[in-house]
Amino acid sequence: MNEHTVRAFDDEIDRLRGMISEMGGRAEAAISGSLQALVKHDSKVAEQVVADDKLIDALEIEIEKLAVQIIALRAPMADDLREVVAAIKIASVIERIGDYAKNIARRSLEIGNLGKIEPLILIPAMAEVAGDMVRRVLDAFAARDPQGAVTVCEMDTKVDGYYNSVFRSLVTHMMENPQTIGKAAQLLFVARNLERIGDHATNVAEMVYFAATGEYMAERERVSADNDGLGG
Amino acid sequence: MTDNSLKMTARDVSVWYGDKQAINNVSIDIATEHVTAFIGPSGCGKSTFLRTLNRMNDTIASCKVGGKIELDGSDIYDPKMDVVQLRARVGMVFQKPNPFPKSIYENVAYGPRIHGLTKTKAELDALVEKYLTRAGLWNEVKDRLHESGTALSGGQQQRLCIARAIAVSPEVILMDEPCSALDPIATAKIEELIDELRGRYAIVMVTHNMQQAARVSQRTAFFHLGTMVEYGATSEIFQNPRETQTKDYITGRYG
Repeated sequence: MNEHTVRAFDDEIDRLRGMISEMGGRAEAAISGSLQALVKHDSKVAEQVVADDKLIDALEIEIEKLAVQIIALRAPMADDLREVVAAIKIASVIERIGDYAKNIARRSLEIGNLGKIEPLILIPAMAEVAGDMVRRVLDAFAARDPQGAVTVCEMDTKVDGYYNSVFRSLVTHMMENPQTIGKAAQLLFVARNLERIGDHATNVAEMVYFAATGEYMAERERVSADNDGLGG
Repeated sequence: MTDNSLKMTARDVSVWYGDKQAINNVSIDIATEHVTAFIGPSGCGKSTFLRTLNRMNDTIASCKVGGKIELDGSDIYDPKMDVVQLRARVGMVFQKPNPFPKSIYENVAYGPRIHGLTKTKAELDALVEKYLTRAGLWNEVKDRLHESGTALSGGQQQRLCIARAIAVSPEVILMDEPCSALDPIATAKIEELIDELRGRYAIVMVTHNMQQAARVSQRTAFFHLGTMVEYGATSEIFQNPRETQTKDYITGRYG
């Protein structure tokens, strides 16, 4: 993309994009940290994830401030305007993703050690895909790549598939081991959080697509976003 | 746009100043009850093109216009076209307010009088009040109608020029940077006036202020180096232009 005649405008847009990337990187780290806490029963990591969420929240506010300032002082047009509006929306979605990761970290403290059960094999694999969606959607944002955004949306079916498997496997586990039902229920929430992270990454992908093209992603490409894994 | 809203059409219009071609094959439809904005960098030909629409270029000896421009289906460059009548139908407001060095009343009354639009003094008085009111100036000047038009503030002078332009019942009003000599408040008043006037006239406006084009126009044409690069709904041009050149210009990446 060509540079603006007023270079300070470019600097501000770059700064905005940089903060989105940083926020996304932190959210992604929070997801993998919370999973590490869960799988390795590592309460230190869990506490770190909870503490670091404050940084994500602070970045959201910084992004909002800068975006509003750009709108007020630079009167951005066309793709610049779409990008600034998308940045505000993306920041608030990433903030939610951070909250879900924080929530997983908190629950990991409650869950403790459940031993090697099937859901605990499925959930890290699910988190891998959800984290990958977050990473890829930020790459698509950085590259203004609508096709990359479409790919991220397609990945959400995978996350939804994992969610269904985890759900079934957890229900089975609860029936067989009623004494751990409380902890297993916590795991269900963890899976639910990961499923929501996938949906949010999909929302970000839709905004990336809009910012890059000025068009909304076609209905067929976003079907998976409406599928919460419960078949409706 | 629908056929019955079509006021002016330009087809393959080219303009030369001597050997230099200033406009290259521009075709555009101008709709009534719309504000059409021409934007583009200095020297892109937008003002030149605007002036072809009421033959203001006739006054420049070296200027030659090719192609066809029609007003309600009649060719305005037809030798039988009465240019004085044409300019009554296609009025013009300029960048710098240029009231006649006469009274406020006379500024508005002059056109209707020479075109013989009124018979009695009472009719003329009523007409002056009507157009000063329509230009949003009546309440500010009704007690000083016989003071000189040039004694008004810049924004009031521009509204007086608009009152003068609409007093001969034009169908199209051409505006060449109508607010660039005015402060933001006077500009806002003119913009509000333009928005009211568009219910009755076709308005074509040249502006360097892109925000102004975005605020007041329904259709925008982007000119560059004598050609019309893109023409479409204003909301589309400013949100999602089709042409890279348009996008670079409106996002401040041009040049």
